[in-house]
Amino acid sequence: MTQPDIILKAEDIHKSFGHVEVLKGISLEAKNHDVISILGSSGSGKSTFLRCLNFLETPTSGKVTVHGEEILVKNGKPQNVRHIEEIRARLGMVFQQFNLWTHRTALENVMEGPIQVKRESKAEARDRAEALLNRVGLAERMQMYPSQLSGGQQQRVAIARALAMEPDAILFDEPTSALDPELVGEVLKVMQDLAAEGRTMIVVTHEMGFAREVSSEVVFLHEGRVAEQGPPDEMFTNPKTDEFRRFIAKVM
Amino acid sequence: MNPVEILIQYWPRLFDGLLMTLQLTVLGALIAALVSPGFALIRVHASPMAQAPLRLYVSFMRGTPILAQLFLIFYGSGQFRPFLQDWGLWSFFRDPFNCALLAFALNSTAYQTEILRGGIMGVPRGEIEAAKAIGMSRIKSLYRVVFPHAYRIAWPALGNEVILLMKASALASVVTVFDVMGRTRQVFSKTFDFSVYLWAALIYLCITAIFVLLWRQAERRLSRHIYAPYKAQSTAQSLKETRA
Repeated sequence: MTQPDIILKAEDIHKSFGHVEVLKGISLEAKNHDVISILGSSGSGKSTFLRCLNFLETPTSGKVTVHGEEILVKNGKPQNVRHIEEIRARLGMVFQQFNLWTHRTALENVMEGPIQVKRESKAEARDRAEALLNRVGLAERMQMYPSQLSGGQQQRVAIARALAMEPDAILFDEPTSALDPELVGEVLKVMQDLAAEGRTMIVVTHEMGFAREVSSEVVFLHEGRVAEQGPPDEMFTNPKTDEFRRFIAKVM
Repeated sequence: MNPVEILIQYWPRLFDGLLMTLQLTVLGALIAALVSPGFALIRVHASPMAQAPLRLYVSFMRGTPILAQLFLIFYGSGQFRPFLQDWGLWSFFRDPFNCALLAFALNSTAYQTEILRGGIMGVPRGEIEAAKAIGMSRIKSLYRVVFPHAYRIAWPALGNEVILLMKASALASVVTVFDVMGRTRQVFSKTFDFSVYLWAALIYLCITAIFVLLWRQAERRLSRHIYAPYKAQSTAQSLKETRA
């Protein structure tokens, strides 16, 4: 039985590419309103782990439960493939490279999921998309194509696109890593607002400020395992493992 | 007779030929356009074993003259007449128009499949991932993301293929189809005036020119997101924002 307020649960996720085991059994639990930052140096498996949560990457083994929908994976084969699309619809995802659909306008990008996946009416989807774009500060740019927007603007559209599905939780895969330094702030600001309103978020990031100030929990991955985990204040002031101490020293 | 008199006297025949050429080309290209997306997907996604028959078909169609393919179907079907009659297919193969259409459709399908395969492989992977991540089914992401990009990428090459097919359709005249070329030969055998061939060339040239114009219009529509102005609008708006 899963407790009602546990939104996402990953149990013992393993992932190998060929003979290389990238994830060596990672478990994670996200309760309602949690903001979990996943840290780790490059190659630690943090992005791969995030992508296993919505099966953009199929784990080699493990179990993912989203809002009671459970998918068990054995030998690289998910047991109930049909639930994968449902799980994806419940988990928003924001990519490092934005991945907006370049042939659609900002507004169309945000309307696409609700219309095509949730089968909402066009009018309903448009109203919500307009409200969301307004919220992320892009009211003036709704009719523009992604090629006409800056990186920060594109990423804000991508966040609105994720929100339009009214997801149970949102996964962020290094959302500010591809941005020019002066554009990072506008995206972090939107994410901070989302955290403040109680959105459940799982964020792979290099932004130590965000991890420290905004998140409720920090998970530090090292060589495919959870090396350290806890509330950010405690972890940053008093790191328990050598690996995390060295990581902090390098990035801060 | 001077060239103008030839045209005045024989234009109804040439016009008939024009309609036939258009019919052959449009139908052939259209049939190929309906079949090739499925084939292209197989070429991109299926295992090498599963696509072996398809690759064999494509290399045969691309590696042999279209005239040879036309003869294979037209004269070959005559050889197998008893079987075809048993299956009720003879009435189809008896008509040279059908044979020509079949040859052109088969040939163009091979080319369009390869062109579209290139288009599909050029679709940005991240955009397909975004479609998956939002919960779209595979079919839906094909229609909403993959094909819109693939056709935009493949569009110029597809236009080229249609032009080549239109010109190749002149071969149909060899198996007694009265297209532009067939009618022209007919007129020539009556008048022995070679200027009718000039008129034929002009007709083909006109078809191509009009087609190129239409195709370019469509291309512009397909790529409007790429040519959308970047600097002009965004600077104007950011100015407005800073003032506000």
